[in-house]
Amino acid sequence: MATATATANKKKSVVWDWLTTVDHKKLAILYLVAGTLFFVKAGLMALFIRIQLMVPENDFMTGQVFNELITMHGTIMLFLAVTPLIFGFMNFVIPLQIGARDVAFPFINALGFWIFFFGGLLLSMSWFFGGAPDAGWTAYVPLSTREYAGSGMDFYALGLQVSGFGTLISAINFIVTIINMRAPGMTMMRMPLFCWTGLVASILIVFAFTPLAAGLALLMLDRLFMGQFFTPDMGGNSILWAHIFWIFGHPEVYILVLPAFGIISEVVPAFSHKRLFGYTAMVFATIVIAFLSFMVWVHHMFTIGIGPITNSVFALATMTIAVPTGIKIFNWLFTMWGGKLVFNTAMLCAASFVPTFVLGGITGVMLSMAPVDYLYHDTYFVVAHFHYIIIGGIVFGLLAGLYYWYPKMFGHKLNETLGKIMFWLLYIGFHLTFFIQHILGLIGMPRRVYTYLGGQGWDTMNLVSSVGAFVMGAAIVVLVLNIVYSAFKSERITVSDPWNARTLEWATHTPIPEYNFAQTPQVRSLDPWFYEKVHGEGKMQPAEPLQDIHMPNGSILPFLMSLGLFIWGFGMIMINMDNPIVPPGVVIAIGFIMTFGTMVLHSKEDHGYHIPLEEVKKIEKEVG
Amino acid sequence: MKGRKGLLRFLPLSAMLLFLAGCGEERLSALDPKGPQAQWIYDNMILSLYVMALVVIVVFTLFFIAVFKFRKKPGDDELPKQVEGSKALEITWTVVPIILLIILAVPTIQGTYYFAESPPDVEGSSQAGESGEEAPAPDESEALIIDVVGHQYWWQFDYPQGFTAGNEVHIPVGEKVWFNLTASDVMHSFWVPALGGKIDTVPGVDNMMWLEADEPGVYKGKCAELCGPSHALMDFKVIVQEPEEYEAWVEEMSQEEELPEENSVEADGRQVFEDQGCIGCHAVAGQGTGQGPALSNFADREFIANVVEFSDENLEGWIRNPEDYKQGNNMPGFQNISDEDMEALIAYLKSLSVEE
Amino acid sequence: MSDHVDVSNGLPANPEKSTIEGKNKFLGMWVFLGGETIMFATFFGTFLGLREGTAGGPTPDELFSLPLVFLMTMFLLTSSLTSVLGIISMKKNNFKAMRMYFLVTVLLGLGFFGCEVYEFWHYNHVGLGYSVSAFASSFYTLVGLHGAHVLFGLGWITTLLVRYWGKGITLANAPKFYSASLYWHFIDVVWVFIFTVVYLLTLGGA
Repeated sequence: MATATATANKKKSVVWDWLTTVDHKKLAILYLVAGTLFFVKAGLMALFIRIQLMVPENDFMTGQVFNELITMHGTIMLFLAVTPLIFGFMNFVIPLQIGARDVAFPFINALGFWIFFFGGLLLSMSWFFGGAPDAGWTAYVPLSTREYAGSGMDFYALGLQVSGFGTLISAINFIVTIINMRAPGMTMMRMPLFCWTGLVASILIVFAFTPLAAGLALLMLDRLFMGQFFTPDMGGNSILWAHIFWIFGHPEVYILVLPAFGIISEVVPAFSHKRLFGYTAMVFATIVIAFLSFMVWVHHMFTIGIGPITNSVFALATMTIAVPTGIKIFNWLFTMWGGKLVFNTAMLCAASFVPTFVLGGITGVMLSMAPVDYLYHDTYFVVAHFHYIIIGGIVFGLLAGLYYWYPKMFGHKLNETLGKIMFWLLYIGFHLTFFIQHILGLIGMPRRVYTYLGGQGWDTMNLVSSVGAFVMGAAIVVLVLNIVYSAFKSERITVSDPWNARTLEWATHTPIPEYNFAQTPQVRSLDPWFYEKVHGEGKMQPAEPLQDIHMPNGSILPFLMSLGLFIWGFGMIMINMDNPIVPPGVVIAIGFIMTFGTMVLHSKEDHGYHIPLEEVKKIEKEVG
Repeated sequence: MKGRKGLLRFLPLSAMLLFLAGCGEERLSALDPKGPQAQWIYDNMILSLYVMALVVIVVFTLFFIAVFKFRKKPGDDELPKQVEGSKALEITWTVVPIILLIILAVPTIQGTYYFAESPPDVEGSSQAGESGEEAPAPDESEALIIDVVGHQYWWQFDYPQGFTAGNEVHIPVGEKVWFNLTASDVMHSFWVPALGGKIDTVPGVDNMMWLEADEPGVYKGKCAELCGPSHALMDFKVIVQEPEEYEAWVEEMSQEEELPEENSVEADGRQVFEDQGCIGCHAVAGQGTGQGPALSNFADREFIANVVEFSDENLEGWIRNPEDYKQGNNMPGFQNISDEDMEALIAYLKSLSVEE
Repeated sequence: MSDHVDVSNGLPANPEKSTIEGKNKFLGMWVFLGGETIMFATFFGTFLGLREGTAGGPTPDELFSLPLVFLMTMFLLTSSLTSVLGIISMKKNNFKAMRMYFLVTVLLGLGFFGCEVYEFWHYNHVGLGYSVSAFASSFYTLVGLHGAHVLFGLGWITTLLVRYWGKGITLANAPKFYSASLYWHFIDVVWVFIFTVVYLLTLGGA
């Protein structure tokens, strides 16, 4: 019976297989693909923005289109590109690093992906229905309310609400996975840093995405049902949104950057051939950063007129974040110190992260000085600062992770020559684009301006910045070429550990069987795989006998449930449309029934299936 | 789009105008501070740069030594020493940054309170909004307090002397001037880089800030908070004058409307101004309406609506089709004004001057 | 891994936490409720910030009637108690008692929900439309969101009751009942805060 199920699974068509998969490794790839598509989309928007700003008084686009582009660029990059890319790596790597067969809730994992995906789709639909959101990714009221913004903001409120829910349940899944599913001997303080940062980022998501959900609900109620939260004449308050948004918004930065820190903390030791310096300090620094990230949101609002007492308190709180961040920087430096460094592309990205991130960090401290921030706030100085954090930090971290884990994911390495070309193009292009923007801000260029008059001393610097953007674009083209080229030309990897690395994911076979570990490994140390290579027999000790392996069944329900949410969200948006062909109520009802109907269907018990022992042995022989 | 092209056509001219403008170069950059607040910001930015430079030097030195010294040599397969960490080092790089931050924290707090200073004679009020206190009424203070309202996409400046100026604010040199700011529609942000920091104008909220200029001249101001499609075009000017000049300007602005001579072309224009309803939004003397910029000193400006240089052609273009110049602004287009009426209207508008 | 629990001698003492799936559900539910807490906190903050913004519309003093709210509180508190009794019965492997207690929970929840619908209808009738003022919007949003949670909880418990009506307690469904009851307690706790903050404090003039 079980054998029959197992073989039946194999016969399914490829598309059906990917739509119904609950395997964390396949979902990881779905996340990476979806994230990359959104990344490319938002990247192209950035290029359009830089074309418009290349010369003064350019008429490449109108102010309205420009505002739509900057809004979508920011929103997509943060919610729909970087978040899924990080989730992709977390999905793939965390269960392997803690020695688990899958995540705690495979079904929820699939559900989280599809909800995120359909939420992103919903947001992107805005282009076809009267224009994209145009009030900036921060969507400050009143500009984003029913009175001042077009239907794009409806897509913003509903699209982010839906995709945010997906992100939230995925985060819960990661938390439970990391706490409950660790292999025997894998204590919390033996976990790789990437698992730690993943755990902490997931906790941040649970506590930060929920206020965002509340805020988006307020915005939606304002726009669709005439809620009066933000209308001063009706007793509302226009600063309320800014508070709620930044209570989410500041932790969001750390939600994205902490896992990137985690990747760096994996790649740097692996290619320094040295254990991570100050592991305990790194863990505590991560936790302290997460804690502080909830105490500093007002530093985004220093100029909103909140008073000297509040501004001073939040300025000091903001400065303290520099301390744990500094601890991290120095620990990475001292991991490299005295090591034997190998500079392949992964290590280049990871190592260059350190000085680049320091530049973003020092401007961060400068920004924390509230009265001086009255100058920097909402200028290109801020634009430069957060791109140093997001590109210099997160994107380089993600690229390091991509080159590092690629062989484990796809069975071959990425081409090193193309990789190094990409790295240098990106590195040079990045500094060219953004370093100069610091100065632009100081000489008076506000952010989010769609054009500027000549003769203000901004012309050359903007041109340089735009040229840099194109160099970065070229780097991404090289990366895509590399992926295609390597898929055809790169040598297949058959060994489990092509980098001679340290953590548990490298103890699995390449390609990884769907059950990850035939026997759950017994963990005896930090960097368990390195420990067994040096002190043990070169393979993990099993913690259980070889036996039938229980696996969850795939299911189409996550896809359908998410589709239901998508339809519901679209129905809600239709309330504001002038001429909805179908009554919105009907669409809302269909989406509603679909979502809750599939939920009821899901309560039917599904006990999964077992891969029998002989099958496991056969697979182990094939891949091992 | 047509209008933007039209704007481009005059680009060389506008550059020349700027060059030839008698009042000298307009000041913009915060790196060339011209007032005590801007100076304070500049000095403390430099201080923080020095402190941060220390960090950068240490990190970069360690980084480059590590990168060049500890490379793996070919054939060297021995494992490096596996170091767990170092308590002494951890403590060092925790304590030293704390000391550096304290160096920055002290001026931060001083500056925050310095910038939040209230006008003299108003007791105990901090920046409005902190404790729900009302912003002081102009007549309670000896200091000059100008009420500022941000609109999509222009600035309204209400003077305590009872008149309104649009998009250009005149202040006396060497004197702290307070601005009491709010917005009528969406959030904007009031920023004169060469004179000081910025503060947001928020609907339903009154914010206070002060600026002081050391030298007379024209200072550029910008809106720094995204406020719609024409956010980039929401500039304004701070015109800093010697006290006598400033007093004279106030005097002129406070005058009642001087009607043009009868039977002149300007008088016809005045009639058109009334007939077309322009006067409903645009005051030509005294207090403004808040619907559109007051035009009391319209002819003294270099730019129309802060986007195109002052010329008959552009003025006509603006009146007929403002949307072409400033997307999303609230002025309707007056396409149906006859050419004759338009000529009179322009003549009238050009007569609206308070300067000699 | 403990996915093989010996049930030949009857269910273990804590059937909801004896399998790894059960443990995961237990922890996942707690984390989810942690997030929900923050979301509700945001709505509470919104209400506290805006409750004075009545903009000339009806004020809380004119509207709120404590007897009705007290009745609602009693409904919900009692339902929370019966759900506890249900879980105790589950741990004693007494399926019939558990079923009965959860059924009572659902009925009490319905009673609460009915009162709330009446309350909203009444307020609307006397002039507190959703868009009348910031106070109205924030009140309906906070209390209405809680009401929506009650409705979802009712749907959840009902679905479980229908699906497992004649099936008895198993290691698979025990965690489900447990999670649902946890959720129900959470709703109850939120109501206690609503009762205090929205009704008592607002009426008390604090």
